[in-house]
Amino acid sequence: MMEADKPKKASAAAQARRQFLLDSARMACGVGLLGIGIGLYAKQAKALPPLALRPPGAGAEKDFLGACVRCGLCVRDCPYDILSLAKPEEPVATGTPYFVARQLPCEMCDDIPCVKACPTGALDHKLTDIDKARMGLAVLVDHENCLNYLGLRCDICHRVCPVIDKAITLEQQLNPRTGKHALFIPVVHSDACTGCGKCEKACPLPVAAIKVYPTELARGEPGKHYRLGWVEKEKAGGSLVAPDLEHRYNLPEGLRYESGRGFVPGNEASPAAPGTQPAAPKALQGGKL
Amino acid sequence: MSIGAEAVAAKGWLGAHKWLLARRASQLGILALFLLGPLAGVWIVKGNLTFSYTLDVLPLTDPYILLQSLLTRHMPEMKAFVGAAIVLAFYLLVGGRVFCSWACPVNMVTDAAAWLRERIGIKGGAHVSRETRYWILAMTLVLALATGTLAWELINPVSMFHRGVIFGIGAAWAVILAVFLFDLFVMKDGWCGHLCPVGAFYSLLGKVSLARTVAVRRAACNDCMDCFVVCPEPQVIRPALKGMDGAGPVILAANCTNCGRCIDVCSKDVFSFGTRFGNKEVNAPSQAHEIASAACK
Ligand code: SF4
Ligand code: SF4
Ligand code: SF4
Ligand code: SF4
Ligand code: SF4
Repeated sequence: MMEADKPKKASAAAQARRQFLLDSARMACGVGLLGIGIGLYAKQAKALPPLALRPPGAGAEKDFLGACVRCGLCVRDCPYDILSLAKPEEPVATGTPYFVARQLPCEMCDDIPCVKACPTGALDHKLTDIDKARMGLAVLVDHENCLNYLGLRCDICHRVCPVIDKAITLEQQLNPRTGKHALFIPVVHSDACTGCGKCEKACPLPVAAIKVYPTELARGEPGKHYRLGWVEKEKAGGSLVAPDLEHRYNLPEGLRYESGRGFVPGNEASPAAPGTQPAAPKALQGGKL
Repeated sequence: MSIGAEAVAAKGWLGAHKWLLARRASQLGILALFLLGPLAGVWIVKGNLTFSYTLDVLPLTDPYILLQSLLTRHMPEMKAFVGAAIVLAFYLLVGGRVFCSWACPVNMVTDAAAWLRERIGIKGGAHVSRETRYWILAMTLVLALATGTLAWELINPVSMFHRGVIFGIGAAWAVILAVFLFDLFVMKDGWCGHLCPVGAFYSLLGKVSLARTVAVRRAACNDCMDCFVVCPEPQVIRPALKGMDGAGPVILAANCTNCGRCIDVCSKDVFSFGTRFGNKEVNAPSQAHEIASAACK
């Protein structure tokens, strides 16, 4: 009796174990599939659409999406009510706060109440100077319709900019169409633009020629190995390569060449300005490059 | 006799619905507090269930979302931690899944589905294990770790619904409708009883939480089985009520939501709220049970 019972019990236990493993495997597969689905959806939702901007102090989008718990306190404490939490059907990660510059730009409050309200630090509490906020970057996307490019003095984006003359400057150029007037080209500088969106909001065209995009969309990125010669020169305190040899021209008799003026009468070779005698290149001085 | 009729006969309608009424008052009251700000400009509570700030002093954080956020390798501000500690302490006192039956807005939707299902007599449906919710809970945590984002929050019906009511519902109503229809046609207590990872998370607190439902007068049970029918987690009742394997009368199972339905529905007043302590054999249940079932025959 006992002997007959034992293998039965053992096989029952083995079967229970098998069933357990089977159930677990089934569950893991089903739930795993669901997880992969959500993961792929999350991956899509990681890219912020061009028109949505995050409140001041938000980090890179992928960090923000882990940090923001979607509580909406920033929305509540914004005195200008520019923020809203994304609804599921909107192309921004569900529940996260954003604003659309063309509708209501950020007024860049001095005390930044939205950041103060954020309980998670998704809006970085280290941001205390609103001029250091980087909500996005303004880009003059449509030269062809920008009124200043057409030769008018619209200047509105420049004038409404809270960081006027630093974030947007007007660069003077000759108007090649008339040959005698000036163009005042609005130029945005990423080191000062906060991405507040006031320029986009104020652009008088039916569709703004200047738009503020999330920084990740607005900016290019130089190759990691690129070096700017003039920057390196300044860092090193002198030229890093052998200077050009002095130009020798095979000029007609009685003429010499002067930079900016072309041929001018006179025989002497272009005088080198005193003190500009080229120094030996750094590389030849045994200095570190 | 229909479910609960005996209790109504014994205790009156009010007496047989007092915990239900208290729960609805709590659920609606919480929503009302949150809505007072946006609708009436009275800012007692700001935020939503994931994080709220009451009277500018009391932070409350959903510990489940905080855990996910930590897994994405974000280090939140102190305020979020304080809020989570308060919430954890609260549910460790009153019972983990008290969140479900007293605070969560989805509960009203799934309760409605369960009520209608009973009413129009829908039987059967899909079968999945009640353990599925723990797998889903684990999956949401792995997702946070793997994607570095709060991926579950993109589709979480619980936070989506609460946020929607307060900040504008958008298409979230479709998600809620889906939960309702799922519970109505596909699976009894499908969402809250089998799948929801939020409830699963709070049930983990329920493993040690203090306040419990207790089958104190289990000797008086007349086996009408009404409590098993109304309980959203009926598997939790049997050990305590029937004293299986010498179990005491306290419902220790983590998934009891302390909803009080069993208290309301029992004409013999078998159940009441108590604590997890004093879980002694008060009145030899098996014997009493035998007498009771003998009396029934
Ligand atoms: S800085 Fe002011 S206007 Fe801009 S989002 Fe914050 S609270 Fe609103
Ligand atoms: S306050 Fe912070 S956590 Fe809350 S929604 Fe705004 S950014 Fe997200
Ligand atoms: S977004 Fe426009 S208005 Fe705002 S700082 Fe940048 S350039 Fe100025
Ligand atoms: S199980 Fe989930 S949806 Fe149901 S009441 Fe609990 S938290 Fe809410
Ligand atoms: S045992 Fe009672 S209190 Fe617990 S979930 Fe079931 S009906 Fe609610």
